[in-house]
Amino acid sequence: MPATLTYREAIRQCLVEEMDRDDNVFLMGEDIGRYQGTFRVTQGLFDKYGPRRVIDTPIVEPAIVGLANGAAMAGLRPVIEMMTMSFSILALDQVINHAAKIHYMTNGQAKCPLVVRGPGGAANQLSAQHSHSVEGWYAHVPGLKVVAPATPEDAYGMLRTAIRDDNPVIFTENPGLYGIKGEIPDDNEFAVPFGKARIAREGSDLTLVGYSRMTHVCLKAAELLAEQGISAEVVDVRSLLPLDTETIFGSVAKTHRAVVVYEDWKSGGFGAEIAARIGENCFDDLDAPVGRVGGLNVPMPYARVLELECIPNEQDVLDAVKKLG
Amino acid sequence: MRPSDSLSRDDLLLIWRHMWRMRAAETRLTQLSRDGVLRGSLHLAEGQEALPAATGLVIRQVDKLTVTYRGHGYVLSKGCDLVGVFGEILGRVGGFGNGKGGKMHLTDLENGLLGANGIVGAGVPIAAGGGLAAKVTGDGSIAMTVFGDGALNQGCVHEACNIAALWKLPLILLCENNLYAEMTSLARSSAVTDLTQRMTAYGIPALRIDGNDALAVYDALWNAADDARSGKGPTFIEAMTYRTCGHYQADAETYRTRKEVEQWRKKSPLIRFEKTLLDRKVERSSIDDVRRQAEDEINSAIDQALKLPSPSVESLRSNVFA
Ligand SMILES: Cc1ncc(C[n+]2csc(CCOP(=O)(O)OP(=O)(O)O)c2C)c(N)n1
Ligand SMILES: [Mg+2]
Repeated sequence: MPATLTYREAIRQCLVEEMDRDDNVFLMGEDIGRYQGTFRVTQGLFDKYGPRRVIDTPIVEPAIVGLANGAAMAGLRPVIEMMTMSFSILALDQVINHAAKIHYMTNGQAKCPLVVRGPGGAANQLSAQHSHSVEGWYAHVPGLKVVAPATPEDAYGMLRTAIRDDNPVIFTENPGLYGIKGEIPDDNEFAVPFGKARIAREGSDLTLVGYSRMTHVCLKAAELLAEQGISAEVVDVRSLLPLDTETIFGSVAKTHRAVVVYEDWKSGGFGAEIAARIGENCFDDLDAPVGRVGGLNVPMPYARVLELECIPNEQDVLDAVKKLG
Repeated sequence: MRPSDSLSRDDLLLIWRHMWRMRAAETRLTQLSRDGVLRGSLHLAEGQEALPAATGLVIRQVDKLTVTYRGHGYVLSKGCDLVGVFGEILGRVGGFGNGKGGKMHLTDLENGLLGANGIVGAGVPIAAGGGLAAKVTGDGSIAMTVFGDGALNQGCVHEACNIAALWKLPLILLCENNLYAEMTSLARSSAVTDLTQRMTAYGIPALRIDGNDALAVYDALWNAADDARSGKGPTFIEAMTYRTCGHYQADAETYRTRKEVEQWRKKSPLIRFEKTLLDRKVERSSIDDVRRQAEDEINSAIDQALKLPSPSVESLRSNVFA
């Protein structure tokens, strides 16, 4: 029987199944064990698996990733939680200089099967240091895999792929997604492959491309566009690195128009890469320049009115669509 | 003779005033958070009032200070403008950052406040930099940084400690050991729970004090400031204290017992210091008056801040660059 779970529960369920399947899988992070996680993703897991496999650490982000790197090279499969992805900035050296390159530099001797997961993006007035969307920074780095699922089903299936992957995987969640519900299959081998985008809604007049929470913003915008008689297709990228350009290009070939939507800073964010790829490869299919909706290029402000202004919403998407003509 | 022996009646009442301004602010902010007027994480420091209160008498306006997301008390006792403080906490125009920084980032350069911080430990090297500036310019100021027991596990804190000792920076390192870092007890995050021992390795003089005793805090800070001002370098103060409120407004507090919290409530710095005042023959009526004035002052500042406008969308793009 398929179950209806929240995004948070879907992640937890996958963690449980993978920990049951493989004793080498273990969790590590700040306040994930006895306290069960600040976003409650790891609820109940400390009681179930004990301190050997659900490890609370001091506040030591660089060391958490460093330890995970070493443990992974020694054969374990660490799944580490960053309380927020913003704190992973402290650990960039271990992620970029080590995890991402170990396999390459050792000519394939060493593997670093590690998952770094946690919420990225803005929550509610957590201000400039706690609201980063970091997926684009990581997706810049060869050797990392970067995914950003939008639904409970994808969170469930992509985390399994992440845990079983022999490469370091950055798995970004979003505070606004934890509570959303969706069906997940009753299959503890269900895995969503990386590098496969998902058509979240079919349409014929234009393509909206999003990932993570922005997929839902695209879907809402598509509904509003439908009321105006415009049929929008929504492509949920879900895997940034590797990127499924085939599905994106296929959709653009059909609709001839595209708007890319991402929460990260517009300038240099991952949506810029997607837009560039479309521009580079779909020139003959396009009836208009590729549109982009991204976060405002300022540090995330605290005041709610300002914060809301910085995060893309469905109106911003409608405006961008209008500009395509 | 301890430095605190020469505190005047007015000085003592000033400590008391700082304590009550802080408590009044936290009581009101808690209410505003419950009412949904204030959103996002609110980190309070109920039970830790002796530390900011005594700091207010040692650290001068020219001295540089960094604190944490939990540092409102220090911001108040440093003499920062109240409407600037509460305006920022509420995210309004007229707050120190015109609503852009928020409650974890209170900063008031005019008063030497180099900033609160949302990144655990990050304020320590920044304060050391304030100390470096003082040394380079020879302006006679010193720097102080306040951080938690949990921050002492962050690498940048140790890098800064080593440098501060090596270069004899005029720096006070005040560690608020409230026994928990978020929901993790000190014993589960450090094999050495006497944190002064961790400083020995750097050659930084370190002492452990009762952080709920405002006079003990004053003495330790006074001596540390004296050393910093006379070129002797940094001092580390481990102030034993306890936050009797949650880590933040949404803390389920499953990691400690009610009994433990109740026991610490009895050791509240406010209760302690009221006794001190009476012992030092300060009249009851003055004690009550100062407390009432402190509460009134804070509440009217918050009332005023609540009337400030929200920032306009046009302000969004300003100040990204200097
Ligand atoms: C680099 C970083 N990691 C994690 C957090 C989340 N966090 C906020 S406060 C805190 C605990 C800090 O404990 P301590 O230093 O003892 O200070 P206290 O909160 O007890 O005053 C943590 C882990 C953070 N803000 N920054
Ligand atoms: Mg602490």
